[in-house]
Amino acid sequence: MSIKGQGYIVGAFEHPTRKAPDLSVAQIHAESAAGALADAGLTKDDIDGYFCAGDAAGMGPISVVDYMNLRLSWLDSTDVGGTSYIGAVGHATAAIMAGKCNIALITLGGRPRSEGVQTGTGQRAGNPQVADSPWESHFSPATTNVYGMVAARHMHEYGTTSEQLAWIKVAASHHAQWNEHAMLRNVVTVEEVVNSPMVSTPLHRLDCCVISDGGGALIVTRPEIAKTLKRPLVKVRGHGESWKGQMGGDVDLSYSGARWSGASAFAEAGVKHADIKYASIYDSFTITVLMQLEDLGFCEKGQGGKFVADGNLISGVGKLPFNTDGGGLCNNHPANRGGITKVIEAVRQLRGEAHPKVQVPNCDIALAHGTGGLLGSRHGSSTLILERE
Amino acid sequence: MGIMEDRKMPPNCTNPESDPFYAAAEEGKFMIRRCTSCKKAHWYPRAVCPFCFGSTEWEQASGEGTIYSFSTMLRSNFTMAYVTLKEGPTMMTNIVKADPDQLKIGGKVKVVFVQTDANKVPCFEPA
Repeated sequence: MSIKGQGYIVGAFEHPTRKAPDLSVAQIHAESAAGALADAGLTKDDIDGYFCAGDAAGMGPISVVDYMNLRLSWLDSTDVGGTSYIGAVGHATAAIMAGKCNIALITLGGRPRSEGVQTGTGQRAGNPQVADSPWESHFSPATTNVYGMVAARHMHEYGTTSEQLAWIKVAASHHAQWNEHAMLRNVVTVEEVVNSPMVSTPLHRLDCCVISDGGGALIVTRPEIAKTLKRPLVKVRGHGESWKGQMGGDVDLSYSGARWSGASAFAEAGVKHADIKYASIYDSFTITVLMQLEDLGFCEKGQGGKFVADGNLISGVGKLPFNTDGGGLCNNHPANRGGITKVIEAVRQLRGEAHPKVQVPNCDIALAHGTGGLLGSRHGSSTLILERE
Repeated sequence: MGIMEDRKMPPNCTNPESDPFYAAAEEGKFMIRRCTSCKKAHWYPRAVCPFCFGSTEWEQASGEGTIYSFSTMLRSNFTMAYVTLKEGPTMMTNIVKADPDQLKIGGKVKVVFVQTDANKVPCFEPA
C-alpha cells in the first residue's frame, strides 16, 4: 500500500509579511488559510482536515481551529520542528486515502522577529521533565553552536571548506534578488560570506538563515476533487519521514535523518535523482543544505562541498536549482520554521509560477526536504516528492 | 585568542533520574550508566538501556575523553562540544579553561566540574 498519487496540493500561499508587529499569530494562520483557499478556488466550509505544529499557540491545534471556527473530522498537530509541514503533506495524504477527510488545510504562522527572539544564539531554559534537558540545557545548546559542531566535524572528516559552504548562500542570494518579498535581496559573494562576522565556529553570520515573521498554508485533497479545480495538478508522488538523535551516545554527526526519509520518499515515488528538476532544501544554515543533499543521495557522502560549489545550485546555471525563492537564507523563515515555504516554492515551480528569472524549464518533478529541531543533537526529517500531472 | 575567560554557566535542572548523578558530582565523582544485560555504557544516563531496554546501573567513569567536535560561540564566550568518553559514549558538554584556537577534534580532555547556581556540572578541559 502506498500514498503515491493519493493526494494533490491544490492550494499554496505564502504570507507576504516578514515583520508583523501589528498581527497576532492566530491571525497569520487564518490569513494564510484564506490565501491558500482562494488559490485553490475553495471555501472555508470545504475544509474537513487540519494539520499544524508547535507554532500554533494553544493546546495542539485546538486554539487555532477555534479561532478559524473549522468543522473537522481529522486533526493532527505532529511537531517535529520546522520540517513538520513537509511531513504534514504526507500525513494529510494518508488521512485522505484512509477516508478520514477530503480537503486538508495545513497552516503555519509566527512572529519571532517582532518578538525579538534570538533564534540562533539565545539560550533555552531547562525543563527537568524533558528527557535530555537535565544533561544539556546548562551547556547552552543555542541553535548556531549545535549546527557549528556539525560543520566542524564535516570539515574534519571530509575537508569541506567555509568557501564551499558559502556557495550555498551565494546561490540563495542569486534567487532572492528576484523575490520582492525577500528579506535579503542583495547578491553576495563567497568572500562576503566568509568575511562576515563569525557567530559560532565555523559558521559566519551569512551562513545563518534570516529571522522573520510570517506564515503559510497548503491545501491537500483527493484526486477526484483536485481534478475538478482549475489549478495545475501537483501530485504527491512520494513521502518519507524519520528522525535522528544521539543514538544512546553513539553520536555520529556525519549524516542526518535525510538518509532514511529520503530513501523512503524516493522508493515510494519510484523516481531517480536525475528526475528531480528542482529541490527545496531546508536551509536554516548553509551546512544544513550540504548535509541533506548528501544524505538525500544527490552526491556521495563527503562530496557535498564540491557539489554545491561554483553555482551548481543556481537556477539556470547549475545542475540542481534549489530554493528559488531565496530560501530561509535570504527570503523567509517564518516562525523559525521553514518547512512550509519549502513546499510552497516547489508547488510554484511545478505550476510554472515561480519568478521567470528562476523558473526551471519543464519542471515536472520536484523535491522538498526538511530538518526540524537541531541537526547536531536531535531532529525530525521529512522528504516529499511532487509531480506535475 | 588565548585562554578564554569562562562564562558563568546557567544552572542545570534535574529530575529523579538525574538526581544521583548530580549528588555524586558534588563529591567530584563523574558517573555514567551501563546496562546490566547488554553491558554497553550509554549517554545521557537512563534507567532503561537505550540499546536493549535492559536495566542499567551507575558506575564511576574515568573522566578521560577526546573532542569529537566543538564550536566556539564568540559573542557568548564559550565552547560547545561533544566529547567521546574513554568508556565509549559521546556526550554534549562545554570545554573550559582553554584557548579555542588551540582546540582540535581528537584532542585529549579530562572532566572538570563547574559550579552553577544549582549543581556542579561536568565540563572538560584540555588534558
